[in-house]
Amino acid sequence: MLSFDNAAVSIKDLTKTFGDHTVLKNLNFDIPRNKIVTILGFSGAGKSTLLKHILGLLQPTSGTISVLGKDLSHMDRMELREFRRHFGMLFQYAALFDSFTAIENVAFPLREFTKLTNKEILEKSAGLLDSVGIDPISHHKLPSELSGGMRKRVGLGRALALGPDIMLYDEPTTGLDPITTNMVNELIVSTSMQYADRGMTSIIISHDVKATLRISDYIAFLHQGMIEEYLPASEFHNSTNKLVQEFINL
Amino acid sequence: MFFLLRWVESLGATIIENLHALGEITLFAGRFFYWMVKPPYRFKLLFEQLYFVGNKSIFIVCLAGAFTGMVMAYQTYFGFKLISVDSLVGPVTALTLAKELAPVLTGLIVAGRAGAAMAAQIGTMKVTEQVDALEVMGINSVQYLAVPRILASVISVPMLSALFLFVGNIGSWLVGTKFLSIDEAIYLSKLGEFMFLEDIWQGLIKAFFFGFLISVIGTYFGFNVTKGAEGVGKATNLAVVWGMILVLVLDYFLTSFLVHIL
Repeated sequence: MLSFDNAAVSIKDLTKTFGDHTVLKNLNFDIPRNKIVTILGFSGAGKSTLLKHILGLLQPTSGTISVLGKDLSHMDRMELREFRRHFGMLFQYAALFDSFTAIENVAFPLREFTKLTNKEILEKSAGLLDSVGIDPISHHKLPSELSGGMRKRVGLGRALALGPDIMLYDEPTTGLDPITTNMVNELIVSTSMQYADRGMTSIIISHDVKATLRISDYIAFLHQGMIEEYLPASEFHNSTNKLVQEFINL
Repeated sequence: MFFLLRWVESLGATIIENLHALGEITLFAGRFFYWMVKPPYRFKLLFEQLYFVGNKSIFIVCLAGAFTGMVMAYQTYFGFKLISVDSLVGPVTALTLAKELAPVLTGLIVAGRAGAAMAAQIGTMKVTEQVDALEVMGINSVQYLAVPRILASVISVPMLSALFLFVGNIGSWLVGTKFLSIDEAIYLSKLGEFMFLEDIWQGLIKAFFFGFLISVIGTYFGFNVTKGAEGVGKATNLAVVWGMILVLVLDYFLTSFLVHIL
């Protein structure tokens, strides 16, 4: 299994049980800083549960998770809430606030967590929307007036507003057409490169093998709550693991 | 015999399920008190909700108040005329409105309008991951979504109830003095003779608790939505049903308590 000295996320012996159902079984792996790491797996493999552990939204039954060198299991609720500001997250369907315009969605975290003036907030939000490819005409549109791809872009702009150290993508291309899928994947890579000097780490939860192989630095394959394989993306295709081969060739 | 056992079993399960929900609602109310006192205080959201729960209910409350007062005046007049006490139409209508009808009907109106909307709004945010987005950003969703709505209801419902009482009395006065020919001076003097400030207080205190109850139920069912659009519809329905029933149940207990202290 791969291990990294300066890991953004370090998971040790993580087990999560709901009632008598064990969702994550003794996971051990590190996610390196400044890289794009994808966690692949079938539906029900435990990907979302793992994501919630990384965010500190769920506590492990046993084991530990360290994020940016801090052990999440030693933090209380308020500390975890504060700590989550290190994360940005792009949700599967963008999860934009439907009563806010695109620019207000991006401005939201800035209004909540910074002391910038209204003018500065709107300028920064407009800049973020520009950087993710939203034209100025659409800045004042409601999410319901935007296409799926544009909503993802706005969602990404909002996630990047506070300059996160870790960017999480939950099934970023699910339900999108091939062209938009390609656009979102390119956006993930360009965002990662753009924020590389800040050491931003990108973690993608996905079951889209083709895109994953193309855009990721490392790929972990999660199956029935266990990491079956964890390799650099360039080597993943040649994995000898039967399940991985089955998944790739689906 | 088997049928009876099944019926008892089903009844027991329903009772346990509802008691469990009541316990959950109580815990949720506890979370509201915890997050209400913690900064940041989002006054903009509170004013938005005051506008939604309060201002946007004014028309319907006035309409209901006016017609309730008018109907009350008619019904009491024809009853009281039989025993020649039709001069008491004013105070009887006013007392009934102040102590019962204004707070209860306002509560039912707000439960149907704002309580349902709270469940639907928060429920939709839940199924579209907007609530998760708040949590991931480090914002407590109860503090951001529930606290302003509950506070707005607690402030608005007594004010709406007072408005209901005022408009209802105008309706009663109009019907009593203009259509039923009760002497205007007698109507007003009897009103002053039998109506006291404590009677109005009783209604306002009730309205305060109804506002709290309706909004806690509306937001609770919103946060507990599962299963997409179907779940939002179910939560909205439950918020209205629970809100209305509990307003009537709470009314009895508040009345039995308040009559002893006011």
